[in-house]
Amino acid sequence: MQIRGRVIRYGDNVDTDVIIPARYLTATDPLELAKHCLEDLDPNFIKKVTGPTIMVAGKNFGCGSSREHAPLAIKASGVQAVVAASFARIFYRNALNIGLPIFESQDAATGIREGDEMIIDTQAGTITDLTSGAIFTAQPLPPFLQEMISRGGLMNYVKDTLRERKQKH
Amino acid sequence: MGMTITEKIIADHADKAVVSPGELVQVKVDLALANDITAPLSIRQLIENGIDFVNDPGKIALIADHNTPSKDIASAENVRLMRDFARKHRITHFFEGGTVGIEHVLLPEIGLIVPGDLVIGADSHTCTYGALGAFATGMGSTDLAAGWALGETWLMVPDSIRFVYQGEKRTFVTGKDLILFTIGEIGVDGARDCAMEFCGSVIEGLSMDERFTMANMAIEAGATCGIMEPDEKTLHYITETGAKRKPRIYRNDPDAEWTDVIQINVSLIDPQVSLPHLPENSRSVYTLGRIEINQAVIGSCTNGRIEDLRMAASVLQNRTVSRSVRLYIFPGSPRVLRQAEREGLVNTFLEAGAVLCPSSCGPCLGGHLGVLAEGERCVSTTNRNFVGRMGHPLSEVYLANPYIAASSAVAGFITTPDQI
Repeated sequence: MQIRGRVIRYGDNVDTDVIIPARYLTATDPLELAKHCLEDLDPNFIKKVTGPTIMVAGKNFGCGSSREHAPLAIKASGVQAVVAASFARIFYRNALNIGLPIFESQDAATGIREGDEMIIDTQAGTITDLTSGAIFTAQPLPPFLQEMISRGGLMNYVKDTLRERKQKH
Repeated sequence: MGMTITEKIIADHADKAVVSPGELVQVKVDLALANDITAPLSIRQLIENGIDFVNDPGKIALIADHNTPSKDIASAENVRLMRDFARKHRITHFFEGGTVGIEHVLLPEIGLIVPGDLVIGADSHTCTYGALGAFATGMGSTDLAAGWALGETWLMVPDSIRFVYQGEKRTFVTGKDLILFTIGEIGVDGARDCAMEFCGSVIEGLSMDERFTMANMAIEAGATCGIMEPDEKTLHYITETGAKRKPRIYRNDPDAEWTDVIQINVSLIDPQVSLPHLPENSRSVYTLGRIEINQAVIGSCTNGRIEDLRMAASVLQNRTVSRSVRLYIFPGSPRVLRQAEREGLVNTFLEAGAVLCPSSCGPCLGGHLGVLAEGERCVSTTNRNFVGRMGHPLSEVYLANPYIAASSAVAGFITTPDQI
């Protein structure tokens, strides 16, 4: 699969409190959450997402709270994927579980500029900056997680496992 | 090769003799908890996927502690969703109203977690239970939904980093200061995806309350868990809670391997304050100059236990809160509140002009009860000081221990008890 979009860039340690502030956490509807995505870091963020967008950030993206509302808000805002130098562990799991594509690449995180057009080849694990022509490599996911994603996410894995357990009994 | 305490707990829960860092394993879960912000998403995941089933209702805890007492209709609806779910699936560990405490204070003190447990929670501060010698880690709502349905979860075995604390603690230095100092040394991603193991003579000397405070903030260094080897104090604590399940004591093998061993000389550490907007911005309180505040908060899953309230009361006794400051005190649980009442601490707080609030996570995350206005400054015993954490994005949160929060409330600026 190929994911294409224009880049919006942020720095290190983008935390879940700025991705979706606690005052909006009574909502569970992703579209409602998306309206407030990143507003404490960049009040214009949601206005900037006018077409296919890829978010690029520094290290420790998604640090802080376990709130799954954070990747839900990013996904529902229209962001196609997040590329970061590194991800906080809970955000990383949450993003994969809800189907927000994320890619870890130190080089891409430093080498790609705001406004560039970029494309991610998920099979090859390459990240290409179409504006500069630079090509970067993403850290591959462990096979178990690739398997989980190919089954359609964690809840499908759960349903398969429950079915297998039932058949055994 | 030997294993660390973290590796041993994970190995046993994965039915394996040996695990090593980086390995992906399926593990059985002893307790899976969620709160009124995270549980609604978990419940919806189950409903949307047609899963009308939980693996073991006795291993689930639902705690309505974040936006409660319900601040608006939406938060009341979220609690109702939890209540209905609990009733339907016969989940007895459901807490609201007079039974509710802040989850990470409440669950250990009522004996729901024992040493050797593997606990997952849809709350990042689930790592608190590492103070009991349990492996406990935060996850999101979908992971919890999966855990409730399957009774298990997947984990990547973390690298372990050992933090050895030695020396003598200075006056007003607490477990909170040790963890703030440590995060300042290694940074907010300094232990990312690792187990932070706390040990050394200073840790042995800490009370359980201070150990909980330290393990609680492991996530602020990006850690998967914080953990301490159980000792006599741990076992005494467990006995007092009346826990029904038997503790399983795991210890490091002598030839276990740590990716790093960090020695910390506690004798050199002053009481710490973390400046906005990252917990890693910690420094000696004596270097700050005059930072005036509008609000002080004492409580939360980090510092809402009885000893924290005792520290605060020792400062507030026969003193009054500055007219320019609001002091909010949030006991961690009904049990903590009752104990504080018995010891006369509640009276001390009220005499000093503090506001005594219900056990709630509300103020810590700017949910409700003590939200900050634009430009306001708060010194808080909570765990995070990110932009907008306690309210307006242009407000500021300074993290500190209860001695400093209480003395700052009296002075009107950030200071220590001996300077007021």
